[in-house]
Amino acid sequence: MNILKTTALAALMGALAFPAFAEQRTLTFNTDASDPAPKAAFEALVKGFEAKYPDVHVVVNTFDHEGYKTAMRNFLSADPPDVMTWYSGNRMLPFVKSGQFMDISDVYADNNLKEQLASALKAVSSDGKEYGVPYSYYQWGIYYNKDVYKKAGVEVPKTWDQFIENCKKFKAIGVECLTTGTKALWPAAGIFDYLDLRQNGYEFHMKLTNGEIPWTDPRVKDVFAQWKKVLPYTTSNAAAIDWQDAASNLVQGKAANYVMGNFAVATFKEGGMTDATLGFMDFPEINPDIPRAEEAPTESMHIPSGAKNVADAKKFMAYVASPEVQTQMNDILGQLPVNKNSTVADDPYLQAGFKILSTAPGGISQFFDRDAPAQMAKAGMEGFQEFMAYPDHLDQILDRLEKIRKRVYKN
Amino acid sequence: MTVSPAYPKVQTAPGQPAPRRRRLGRKLAPWLFLAPGALMFLVYVIIPIVESMWISFYQWDGMSAKVWVGISNYLELLDDDAFYTSLKNNIIWLVLYMLAIPFGLLIALFLNQSVRGIRLYKSLFFFPFVISQVVVGLIFSWFYAPGFGLFFELTKWLDGTGIALLANPNTVTYGIIAAGLWPQIAYCMILYLTGLNSVAPDQIEAARLDGAKGIKMLWYVVLPQLRPATFIALVVTVIGALRSFDLVSIMTSGGPFGSSRVLSYYMYEQALSEYGYRMGYGAAIAVVLFAIMMIFISGFIWKMWRDERGL
Repeated sequence: MNILKTTALAALMGALAFPAFAEQRTLTFNTDASDPAPKAAFEALVKGFEAKYPDVHVVVNTFDHEGYKTAMRNFLSADPPDVMTWYSGNRMLPFVKSGQFMDISDVYADNNLKEQLASALKAVSSDGKEYGVPYSYYQWGIYYNKDVYKKAGVEVPKTWDQFIENCKKFKAIGVECLTTGTKALWPAAGIFDYLDLRQNGYEFHMKLTNGEIPWTDPRVKDVFAQWKKVLPYTTSNAAAIDWQDAASNLVQGKAANYVMGNFAVATFKEGGMTDATLGFMDFPEINPDIPRAEEAPTESMHIPSGAKNVADAKKFMAYVASPEVQTQMNDILGQLPVNKNSTVADDPYLQAGFKILSTAPGGISQFFDRDAPAQMAKAGMEGFQEFMAYPDHLDQILDRLEKIRKRVYKN
Repeated sequence: MTVSPAYPKVQTAPGQPAPRRRRLGRKLAPWLFLAPGALMFLVYVIIPIVESMWISFYQWDGMSAKVWVGISNYLELLDDDAFYTSLKNNIIWLVLYMLAIPFGLLIALFLNQSVRGIRLYKSLFFFPFVISQVVVGLIFSWFYAPGFGLFFELTKWLDGTGIALLANPNTVTYGIIAAGLWPQIAYCMILYLTGLNSVAPDQIEAARLDGAKGIKMLWYVVLPQLRPATFIALVVTVIGALRSFDLVSIMTSGGPFGSSRVLSYYMYEQALSEYGYRMGYGAAIAVVLFAIMMIFISGFIWKMWRDERGL
């Protein structure tokens, strides 16, 4: 319905508004930006592009999130759009390998993008070629309730040991130190990623998600040993809770900390938190010798190989990559622009995120389910969920993950 | 095909062989009438089944070229813990779902009386079957939800900590089955209610004169007459148990850590979900599920065939 309506409306408006441009070219653009903020950001993007290139008319097809993941496989083979949104990293690779996404290295070369988009370049490259333009990303970290911190009389921790010490004080006043809801699996992966980045560092984490290190490695066990320290102070029954429900624990002051991505700020604020009560901190340090790495999932745009209007699609890519456009889009999205010449919105969480990401010496990982291939990601996240409920099962979990690793990375 | 008695006699004299065209027409007619249905069945059922079996011998992500891997998908299944979990859960579903039949019968017997407003009560009992499985799943997951669910609060009041049914791998499947039984009981109830309408009152009368009542009356007089209803209830319940997918998907997405998966959900996860796109492996699971269903389906067909022959 949505697609039909948008297309019909666009066609109608096109017919009414520009009767003179009979030979106008069309550019089809498929996206899963169905939430209010992303939708508004893309509308602004399309409007700006059409103003700059009046002879191109952009037809936007908006899909819902979950439907998009299935629909894209169909439209890529049946009726590919000229431009589409997707995610970078390992989520992009299957489409690159099967030749569904176009190599757009020339757009990078012509517009000097390699330098401007350097921070997320790895995430959209494969074998030294670029396959997409990253337009937005957001940081992960720990969001905390400032009121609860005051009530417990504790400081914002710098190290993991301090964090655990704080947990004891939170417990004393009947507050859960760390909350999460892992029903959808991925929230647990955020905790694992950060523990591994802090314990073993970026290189190790990338090798692990790339299948180069066995899950039974003692260094992996160290990560879970660190995790085990916080489990007694973590929301129980997390496996049955949605992440939004866990967010209300933080809002209501039943919990002190939440490892989350910046998109959750909107949820916290809807629940009634303000800049005065909601705090953000970088994940505390575990091993001081490890250069600090951060986690920031990147969103990107791609040109399908079957695109009909490649010339305009490439113009669109260059337009999306430009600093002004990224500034404007991310202001609406409430996220961080990738282009280093863009400006970050005047928002304390975005500013804090920008600061930790732009100064991270270790590197920037995507997210467990984008760094690891799909099957490994799914099994891994199930393992994390199980570990949180049954820490004693660790050896079984790791043996199982190791079995899957050997199979998944075989080819 | 028997010749209908209303067949116009004027056209052929009795004893004279029918003209060739008509004989041919009579042979052809049933096939022509069957053709649309048979064609649909062929295109949407038979061919996809064969195709699934074919795909199960390949490694395929739905986009790139297929790679022939022989039976290695099946070999992998044999060594896959998640597959055994799903299989075990399917068996639990099959066994416990059967409870819907006696419960349905019980409620049907209870509702089979003429008091004021019985139609309203009947429709209230039938209500869970009318609402979508998705809604049923949501209602029950809120019912069980730790923190605010009624069930959780009740158990909290009893034991102090509360039981989060859907967070525990040992209880989660039972929690989902309980949710599934709610509409399934209503379904069986409605089958029995219609069945009870056709119970011969004179036989009840006769049995009553002979002194039968209570359980004996039910067992020896009513139940035998309800056999067709029981058969249909059994068929829909077995099928309902084997294709349980929506509730698992809505209530737990197969979790916690995959402990509430059933075969149909595992197939979906492997073949079509966000982290899947292993078409070959998914197809192999589908073939196994099909084989299990075939056991029941052949049983049912055999029974129907026997009944039709009057054996």
